[in-house]
Amino acid sequence: MLALPVKKAFSLKKIFSFQHSVLPGFSLAMGYSLTYLSLIVLIPLAAVFLKSAELSFPEFWNTVTHPRILASLRLSFGASLLAAAINAVFGLNFAWVLVRYRFPGKKILDALIDLPFAMPTAVTGITLATLYARNGWFGRLLAPLGIEVSYTPLGVLVASVFIGLPFVVRTLQPVLEDMEIELEEAAACLGADRWQTFRKVIFPLLTPALLTGFALAFARAVGEYGSIVFIAGNMPMVSEIAPLMILTKLEQYDYAGATAIAVVMLVFSFVILLLINTLQARSWNKETRT
Amino acid sequence: MKYPRQFAIALFGAFISAAAITSYADTTLLNVSYDPTREFYQEFNPVFIKHWKEKTNETLTINQSHGGSGKQARAVIDGQDADVVTLALAYDIDALAQRKLIPENWQTRFPQNSAPYTSTIVFLVRKGNPKQIKDWNDLVKPGIGVVTPNPKTSGGARWNYLAAWAYALQQPGGNEAKAKEFVGQLFGNVKVLDTGARGSTTSFVERGIGDVLLAWENEAYLAIKELGPDKFDIVTPSLSILAEPPISIIDKVVDKRGTRKVAQAYLEYLYSPTGQELAAKHYYRPRDEKVAAKYASRFGKVNLITVDKVFGGWGKAQKEHFSDGGVFDQIYEKRK
Amino acid sequence: MTGLATRQRLPPSSRASSRVTDEPPWVRALLIGIALCFFAIFLLIPLIAVFAEALKKGWDTYIASVSTPDSLSAIKLTLFVAAISVPLNLVFGIAAAWSISKFEFCGKRLLISLIDLPFSVSPVISGLIYVLIFGAQSQFGQALREHGFRVLYAAPGIVLATVFVTFPFVARELIPLMQAQGNDEEEAAVMLGANGFMTFFRVTLPNIKWGLMYGLILCNARAMGEFGAVSVVSGHIRGQTNTIPLHVEILYNEYNFAAAFAVASLLALLALLTLCVKSLVEYFRPENARRAAAGEH
Repeated sequence: MLALPVKKAFSLKKIFSFQHSVLPGFSLAMGYSLTYLSLIVLIPLAAVFLKSAELSFPEFWNTVTHPRILASLRLSFGASLLAAAINAVFGLNFAWVLVRYRFPGKKILDALIDLPFAMPTAVTGITLATLYARNGWFGRLLAPLGIEVSYTPLGVLVASVFIGLPFVVRTLQPVLEDMEIELEEAAACLGADRWQTFRKVIFPLLTPALLTGFALAFARAVGEYGSIVFIAGNMPMVSEIAPLMILTKLEQYDYAGATAIAVVMLVFSFVILLLINTLQARSWNKETRT
Repeated sequence: MKYPRQFAIALFGAFISAAAITSYADTTLLNVSYDPTREFYQEFNPVFIKHWKEKTNETLTINQSHGGSGKQARAVIDGQDADVVTLALAYDIDALAQRKLIPENWQTRFPQNSAPYTSTIVFLVRKGNPKQIKDWNDLVKPGIGVVTPNPKTSGGARWNYLAAWAYALQQPGGNEAKAKEFVGQLFGNVKVLDTGARGSTTSFVERGIGDVLLAWENEAYLAIKELGPDKFDIVTPSLSILAEPPISIIDKVVDKRGTRKVAQAYLEYLYSPTGQELAAKHYYRPRDEKVAAKYASRFGKVNLITVDKVFGGWGKAQKEHFSDGGVFDQIYEKRK
Repeated sequence: MTGLATRQRLPPSSRASSRVTDEPPWVRALLIGIALCFFAIFLLIPLIAVFAEALKKGWDTYIASVSTPDSLSAIKLTLFVAAISVPLNLVFGIAAAWSISKFEFCGKRLLISLIDLPFSVSPVISGLIYVLIFGAQSQFGQALREHGFRVLYAAPGIVLATVFVTFPFVARELIPLMQAQGNDEEEAAVMLGANGFMTFFRVTLPNIKWGLMYGLILCNARAMGEFGAVSVVSGHIRGQTNTIPLHVEILYNEYNFAAAFAVASLLALLALLTLCVKSLVEYFRPENARRAAAGEH
């Protein structure tokens, strides 16, 4: 058998109140995962917490509740949540069209969705800033309408949407492909119209994946620096993002202050991720039970 | 179809030959510098390598690293093995001294405050100067769009800010309160605060933002040379600041690596007529009087003040103006 | 993958013919229209812009800029870093997905959220954490340096930062897939006497191979494109510690826009290449499924 000879006193299975399974390898796989997770993610992140602990609590509190920091946190989290919401709507549309319909150019569309992953963030930022600047391809069209994207908070939103899009589409696609069409047919036989079927049958099935996609898109956007900083304009109190505030702290050789902001961002993102993942698990359980 | 095939071959060759490129040299030197000096050191390094070869018959390789001045100083603090640093502000090298990488008196080890070349802050305007921008007081007029990097993240931007402040102080009846108001109005006209000097130049030149760019003199000339002599003019204000980008040997590193002699010679060579000529060629104001006289026509006449005289040194200026809650922050937080 | 089962059950023709599960034509047109617009604005035009900038000065400049020694050494370093960090995350991804999806235990939600965490950590921070640990200001970093190990401002630091930012991809791709597939097949294999490794390689791996490949592709794309975190730990030494994205920044800062976009377009080309691989994968998928089905019955 694969399972490592684990001492009774220190058993991973016990720690996680593991439910018995015939499948082998839990201790090995779990042990390896936890070790790797600790080495690569947890211990390095602990360094951030340790460093910020050099500040006394009032110092920490004053640093992170400074109006400029608060404004930047509000922008980073607000824009990321909004961008994730936009991506959830359009990503669903996208995934639906890709899975259900046939139309010219579909292959290209499907392929290019991963582009935001592969482009270096700085290139994304520069390209978006070029496109949306007043003399750019989009900016030229938007300027007469009085809409400014480059160098405003709107630019932060546009960049966040760009980098988050693939997450929603790519999590929805396999689920949509796997969905049993019989369910929809049954709904139709029972007299539901198409919209009702979508709302009552399809959408609930998609919710877990949609939430995962939302979580990932949000998580990616909230910490993003490279692709946003070129288009944001970085005006204090208006379009400064939280990662930029970390950099300005570092610029003053204030490592502890920088990590204090990082800690706040980390805790917030983690809580939001945990919430979404719990929600996701709930809707997954509900779906499998019914 | 000719080019794509060539391209494929080039790419294939690239991957193969990439594996073979490794440089072997007797001695290496790492110069950690800030952004606007790339072109200068790109030309200066080969000249020094040749000079060193002739003098000592030693083959030398000089590696360059460029980035924001503060970021580069942090890298050296965190263990980047720089033999020499050539940064934008004395403040950033002071940070190295505070962490005992170099002695406190570093600025006295080379002539002229350890700054072999100087620069100043000038205005880059659109061709023909349509908004008639002549001096600092034109920048605070309503409707003028000003582009400058963020003083919190860019060393160059701190010079911009201090130059504006010094101008307001020197006006008849000028005092601290008036200077603060003046700089406040100036930043009220700023539409974009990029994180670095090159970013600002791109915003101004490529994106067409604003009417005037506050820039290092050498950066302004380079921008004109690289991006369009027919599109921009340089305006030299009546008063500006003497920017002294300082240099230093990193004692801790050169003693460990045994490169003190060559590092010392490298930095001293910056003061030689050859080094000074090259600096002037790249629009840095040379310190050497002969060279300066030769290139006098290159640089606009301007009344230059120093940070030490007006602001009492970089440490003080940094603390008062650019630290968190300093004057720069107050300007923006008051407005909200 | 999971779509495979559906296709066996339900050939495309039957899906097209079932009218009750179709939308009215105007709804179809609207949805496709919106998707295409969104696609054009957010993906296609930025991509075109990159290539337009890259080729502004013609093919000759393009080739010249991607084949300078500095570009080549950047390409080499990027390939090297990806070649180390991607396999590391592959092994982790499989182990994590196996323990999370095949077993029931407490704290699963917490573990998944922890795996997601590197996504949300700002690149600025993911570089900084390694500076805090391995930097000259920490005792650990100091000790390593005295023994001649260089982590920061050298390849190991770049690899570490890359592993961190690409950490979740493979695991995140595999977990939902393996959850959806359930344990039945593996349990059957174990009952029949297969050991753990046999079960994994003979039963699980064939089921997840496309998902795995997809995770790898994403992980690799991100590993090569990462800028922020790598920028903090790289040291920016030309021709030595510059990766492709850092080299792009350097070129851009030298006002060498065409060259910057040319080198950047290599990474966009990578995305296009990825897509070719994926299309191939998808092309072969139904084939395999049919063959497998034929073998079974």
